Amino acid sequence: MAEATHGDDHGHARSGHDAHGGYGHDAHAHDHKPAFVQRWLFSTNHKDIGTLYLIMAVIGGVVGGALSEIMRAQLQFPNNHVVTSGQEWNTIITSHGLLMIFFSVMPALIGGFGNWFIPLMIGAPDMAFPRLNNISFWLLPPAFILICIGLLMGESGSGWTLYPPLSNATFEPGMGMDCTLFALHLAGASSLLGAMNFITTIFNMRAPGMTMHKMPLFVWSELVTAFLLVLSIPVLAGAITMLICDRNFGTAFFDPAGGGDPVLFQHLFWFFGHPEVYIMILPGFGIISHVISTFSKKPIFGYLGMVYAMVAIGVVGFVVWAHHMYMSGIDVDTRAYFMGATLVIAVPTGVKIFSWIATMWGGSIRFDTPMLWAIGFLFVFTIGGVTGVVCANAGIDEIIHNTYYVVAHFHYVLSVSAVFSIFCGFYYWIGKMSGRQYPEFWGRVHFWMTFVGVNLTFFPQHFLGLAGMPRRYPDYPDAFAGWNYVSSVGAYLSGAAFLVFLYVCFKTFTSKEHVADNYWGEGATTLEWTQTSPPAFHSWLELPRIK
Amino acid sequence: MQLPKRRFAVWFFTAISTLMGLAPHPAFAQAPRPWEMGMQPAFSPMKQGIIDLHNLVLVLITIITLFVGALLVWVCIRYNEKRNPVPSQTSHHTGLEIAWTVIPVLILVIIAIPSFRLIYYLDRTPNPDMTIKVTGHQWYWEYTYPDNGNVDVESRYIHDEDLKPGQLRLLDVDNQLVIPAGKKIRVLTSSADVIHSFFIPSLGAQRYAIPGRTIELWLEADKPGVYYGECNQICGQDHSKMPISVHAVTEAEFKTWVEQAKKAASASPEHPPGQPNLLAAAELTGSKDIQR
Repeated sequence: MAEATHGDDHGHARSGHDAHGGYGHDAHAHDHKPAFVQRWLFSTNHKDIGTLYLIMAVIGGVVGGALSEIMRAQLQFPNNHVVTSGQEWNTIITSHGLLMIFFSVMPALIGGFGNWFIPLMIGAPDMAFPRLNNISFWLLPPAFILICIGLLMGESGSGWTLYPPLSNATFEPGMGMDCTLFALHLAGASSLLGAMNFITTIFNMRAPGMTMHKMPLFVWSELVTAFLLVLSIPVLAGAITMLICDRNFGTAFFDPAGGGDPVLFQHLFWFFGHPEVYIMILPGFGIISHVISTFSKKPIFGYLGMVYAMVAIGVVGFVVWAHHMYMSGIDVDTRAYFMGATLVIAVPTGVKIFSWIATMWGGSIRFDTPMLWAIGFLFVFTIGGVTGVVCANAGIDEIIHNTYYVVAHFHYVLSVSAVFSIFCGFYYWIGKMSGRQYPEFWGRVHFWMTFVGVNLTFFPQHFLGLAGMPRRYPDYPDAFAGWNYVSSVGAYLSGAAFLVFLYVCFKTFTSKEHVADNYWGEGATTLEWTQTSPPAFHSWLELPRIK
Repeated sequence: MQLPKRRFAVWFFTAISTLMGLAPHPAFAQAPRPWEMGMQPAFSPMKQGIIDLHNLVLVLITIITLFVGALLVWVCIRYNEKRNPVPSQTSHHTGLEIAWTVIPVLILVIIAIPSFRLIYYLDRTPNPDMTIKVTGHQWYWEYTYPDNGNVDVESRYIHDEDLKPGQLRLLDVDNQLVIPAGKKIRVLTSSADVIHSFFIPSLGAQRYAIPGRTIELWLEADKPGVYYGECNQICGQDHSKMPISVHAVTEAEFKTWVEQAKKAASASPEHPPGQPNLLAAAELTGSKDIQR
């Protein structure tokens, strides 16, 4: 497979394979890599593709983050004019949401860490379909460009939820909206192909002796995520195809004047959209499990409970979508069902939180930067989780639906928790991926600035929401000025923290210090720590055996 | 465009005057307050039910968050590397795992029972005293009174330059939604263009207004007064500029208002559709008690 595509370094890799099982220093020393274009554009190597995904995530995060700073600048004072028109504002919020989801969080957690560490952790030489892996990544940059076109043309002002009629040809006639919709098609196809690759790899390429119940939790989390993608993305694709047809080819799937139904779109969208939020957080669960176990020097507590909690979250995540639609006029019995089903999700989530704490209990805890992010994750995820119980409640939702309470809730679980898990994974694995270690001091500065910044940004938004401030407002009644000001200050602090992160990256990649194979010591027990740092271009040429 | 300094000054003095209790709130008007941290107070039985349930849930989630936070602090202090150099290798405890599955289930049952009761109560009112049709437009609200001679009101926000002293920016409107206080009012929402959301926090009412659909909800204001709301579903460039102002009046005042509105309508029977509506300009002559 992968090694066959790189004829010229084949012999060297083979010699390493013979002598040291593919991960000895010999293989590293003879680790010839293809030339630049061969290596990065036509890449079929899971590590290089993972790196490309991580770079994409940083680019998406920078653009999406810049948009959020613009939004907070606009909302810092009432009657502000940083953003000059409502349409411009709506386009910014649409692009912010889509960029952060499809071009930052998903590429980092799934394409980035997933590609890098699934093969390393299960003892596979590469992904099952390396060329499919290449196209999965290369669908993303064109999608990203299309989103940016929609943003720059100022013609995608529907919100990331894309509800028609606002997104149809009558109310959003420009081509920018079509670009945004087509970008979602491309990003969706990218995720779908990637997910198929992940599932095949995990089912078929585990090292001898690695049964499903011996698989590392990160691999489990990516497996559940991949299933969610395979089952939900096609529904989004269908909904968007219908919307594109409504816009351009005269159909009326969502147009009441032609017998269509706007609420149908909401059902289809959220049948994708709700699993999507678990798609964004589940890989984070996996990373947090590894980090807590490593730095507590203890095996993860209740491994089977953790696995089946993730499976349960994935399954139940598919039957709760209409809790986004309590105000859409669905029947009261339907609301009662979706409320009950949604509350149930709190149980497996609680199991995970308590299992993580139990993993730390009795451990011998080191507080390196990755562990700080993991502990921070537990705290912010608990806050985001418990406000989820409030939001799930169809009665209370009469007041908080579409308000800043919801904004606070989903930023606590996504913007904060998912991003904490991304940074956690970055600090945990950057030594493994690059062979160089991050500067500990600046890592801590980055954590504490982000932790204070995001809480300052999003906690006051609960108050705004309870008081009735609607989301997606470029301007608001003067009474909401106070907490908006606080929230904006928090956003600037978080933005400054991101600059610290870029400095951390700079210091890391210019560092002369090389790290050992297992630089975290006894607590790090998964297979990637038996490889060199960075691993050879082709790893696991001889499969490890799991006892 | 104002200078940032000036904007900061406005914000700063709003904050100070609030802290000193000097905020310019009109009597009997329920609007959001500066630095408000909880829900707007209840002026309807529905909102009271929502606040009661939210108070219960808020207490529970605060206890859970503090409990998790305390556990985190405790393990970080007690089991750090210095105090506990040798880690235990315990990775199972069946009793504990059952406990942290069953106890959350019980907490959820405690939350779920009143929640189910509340949503069935909020759903609709069996014997409404009157019906009002609410239609969302880009970017104004239209209120029709089918039980009162099809009186039709169009309600738009007041531009900054037209604001009178005491009027609230992005909350006050030219023509309010006038309802009799203490009556159960069935509201039917729909839309003429895109999806809007009819949202009045202090009355505990919200539903989308969706083209091609009619959605039922109900309103009841405990006492006369003005209750503010806003459009709460993104509807285009002026999404933030279609507030809702509900004016609850006594039954006698409501009757007077309907008569005046009807008279105004017959005076200009063929006003072009979509144009600002004269008939709703009928003054609320009988409502001296409502000082705004």
